[in-house]
Amino acid sequence: MEFALSEEQVMLQDSVSGYLKSSCSLDVVREGVAGGITKQADVWQGICDLGILGIIIPGELGGVDMGFLDAALIAEALGRAIAPIPFIGSAIMAPVALLSGGSEEQKENWLPKIASGDTVFGVGVTEQIARRETDGIVYSDGTLSGKAMFVVDGIDADMLIIADDSGALHIVDANSSGVTRRALKTIDKTRAVAEIVFDAAEADTLPRSKNDKEPLLKTIDAGRIMIAADTLGAAQVMVEQAVAYAKERKQFDRVIGSFQAVKHMCAEMASDLEPCRSLIWYTAHTVNDMPEETRALACHAKAHLSEVGRDIAKTATEVHGGMGFTDLLGLHYWFKRVGLNRQLLGSPELVREEAALAQGW
Amino acid sequence: MDLAYSERHQIFRSELQQFLKEHKDSAPKGRASIGKASDEAKQWQQLLIKRGYAARYIPKKYGGYGAEFDLLESHIIAEEFSRANVRPGHSGDERVVPVLLELGTEKQKQELIEPTVNGEMIWCQGYSEPGSGSDLASLSTKAVLEGDEWVINGQKIWTSGAQHADMCFCLVRTEPDAPKHQGISYLIFTMDRPGIEVRPLVTMTGEAIFNETFFTDCRVPADGIVGKRGEGWFVANATLQHERGSLGDPNQTESRLRSLVELMKNETIDGTPLIKIPAYRDRLMRLQARMLGMKYNGMRILTAYLKKEEPGLPRWIVKLQGCELNHQIAALAIDAMGELGVLYEDSPYIRDAGMWQKSYMLDLGLIIGGGTAQIQKNMIGERALGLPKEPKYQQGA
Ligand SMILES: Cc1cc2nc3c(=O)[nH]c(=O)nc-3n(C[C@H](O)[C@H](O)[C@H](O)COP(=O)(O)OP(=O)(O)OC[C@H]3O[C@@H](n4cnc5c(N)ncnc54)[C@H](O)[C@@H]3O)c2cc1C
Repeated sequence: MEFALSEEQVMLQDSVSGYLKSSCSLDVVREGVAGGITKQADVWQGICDLGILGIIIPGELGGVDMGFLDAALIAEALGRAIAPIPFIGSAIMAPVALLSGGSEEQKENWLPKIASGDTVFGVGVTEQIARRETDGIVYSDGTLSGKAMFVVDGIDADMLIIADDSGALHIVDANSSGVTRRALKTIDKTRAVAEIVFDAAEADTLPRSKNDKEPLLKTIDAGRIMIAADTLGAAQVMVEQAVAYAKERKQFDRVIGSFQAVKHMCAEMASDLEPCRSLIWYTAHTVNDMPEETRALACHAKAHLSEVGRDIAKTATEVHGGMGFTDLLGLHYWFKRVGLNRQLLGSPELVREEAALAQGW
Repeated sequence: MDLAYSERHQIFRSELQQFLKEHKDSAPKGRASIGKASDEAKQWQQLLIKRGYAARYIPKKYGGYGAEFDLLESHIIAEEFSRANVRPGHSGDERVVPVLLELGTEKQKQELIEPTVNGEMIWCQGYSEPGSGSDLASLSTKAVLEGDEWVINGQKIWTSGAQHADMCFCLVRTEPDAPKHQGISYLIFTMDRPGIEVRPLVTMTGEAIFNETFFTDCRVPADGIVGKRGEGWFVANATLQHERGSLGDPNQTESRLRSLVELMKNETIDGTPLIKIPAYRDRLMRLQARMLGMKYNGMRILTAYLKKEEPGLPRWIVKLQGCELNHQIAALAIDAMGELGVLYEDSPYIRDAGMWQKSYMLDLGLIIGGGTAQIQKNMIGERALGLPKEPKYQQGA
């Protein structure tokens, strides 16, 4: 029995975090997002060089064939760094869709390109969770028509994986005729979500997703776990910043961390977040080792991190006083990252309903 | 990450599961009551000791099972009893037996541990005083050595179970001139002696759970001290750690949540099971996620201990999170039952023998007792996060 990260996992986490710390500072993020860039070239190149885009892709297909827990550690590090690069859609959800629903040919064609960073995938499955502002997406005769909303990593994508109304998944070239993309501005400028309209766009169906919802559901589960891990990283930064500020800022001739009101805010944040880490480790671990447990846990991880993340985003801002509210401090980038994560792939109430259903309740 | 157990532990677990299947029905039902153990409870405890599922690591000569300590076995025992919803046994009194084993004299061990483990000897904890609760080290009940006896004068309060207790482990001030933490001694003595008066205090549940305990020239044998004079604070901290270990145990929370799910499946409004009603269902899922977080947090702590590492923050949060979570689980049960949820005592229609209201209140007691939630937050803030202590209050400042 050992419920802990392995030495290799700690090293992986350290190397990704270390790289991001030196190359993806707040200033770098600020500068990029000011120009509307959500795939910052230098950071993207660095992540490609670390070889982590193929984290869950088998070795013979160009990946490094590691587990979901490893992937979650990367997502957490990216959340910490509020890294403006496509990861969850392209490096996690798309490979899961391809691995569980794709033909051998599709896998051999796309997975090596995802792993090398040559091809970025966007993933559109929102309509299968909660359809808003669209009449859906219909597949017929090799083409896709309709509108997909809030496509993860959709703006920076070369290729797309889109769920149609039946839940079947299709590969579409994002630059082909019949595909129109529009970025939807959100609070979070570090990532882009897209509206994508299809007008008889050519689509290559993932064959095993045709009469089986498993590939779709696995893709959603994977996305939810990674989003939860991203929130974990972002929220952890906010707690650390609040604690550091509480040790340094003085009022009434005392550091504010010696005021219990402030100390208790910090203690509550830390105490609420710490079990989240264990929840994510366990959930990610089940994907490879106890897949029958994954669905309900992925829902719980997503919903619970959304709740704890939101409370922390608020409280950590309060600990900073007026400074917390400023653009200058930049804490709001994490606040907004957590805010977008909360709604993507199902807001907490919707996801909790799925957690209950997944347990037969 | 390797959640598999060794073959030895797997066999241990399956034997225990088999045992629980066979003997489930002879276990006493419900929460253990404070005070004297029933004959049924004593027999159950005997059976568990015999099979090595209670007092497992207490040496045979002191009435235990005498196995070599194994953290994973303890974990498996706690898990399986919780999963089977069977009342577990105990290792005597979790607050005092570990202290006696660690710091007691051979005579104390021989006389006291076996009857405690058997449930024949009941203890009460004489720590809190009217003027000393969270600030326990300010306690003023004093003991003076006269010949071979300590003479105790003062008052304790909130002494749970003192009205039924045979023995007391008590903190008293023996070195009035020493700094406050260094002037305290840890005494143990029988409760049936002149100079002790126990006045039960009725709690919000309607039962007298705790007491006021008055000492007036109460004489107790000098050899009833554990550790040296003036070391009582450090001896007591050893026990407080054991007590905190059991307050907020995630196994207990998991088993409560399981009972809540059963309740919500069985109870209906207009024919719809409560678990299908969105507002209650949503709250249930929130609590389940928190429970799971604490369960896996427990696995993290366990792993740290197995590696002989200090668990740090995961350990500091257990009492705060666990007790609050138990309280919230009971709160949902009550809300989902609505008017049925406030029925009490022997009312008709009452569900689960009134267990949910009782838990709701007792769990609030446990949020306060054993170090209040606010004190827990101070400790998390200061010890785990390194935030500064509050400056000392100065009169007139
Ligand atoms: C059910 C139950 C059983 C108990 N059983 C026993 C027993 O068997 N033996 C025994 O000795 N004691 C027992 N106690 C006593 C228990 O340990 C004390 O109640 C507890 O330590 C709090 O002390 P107090 O009641 O004096 O409250 P106080 O210390 O007066 O606290 C009152 C309020 O002030 C807050 N407060 C106090 N100090 C601080 C601070 N520094 N920072 C922030 N907030 C602060 C507290 O959090 C609380 O909200 C029991 C209590 C309960 C509820």
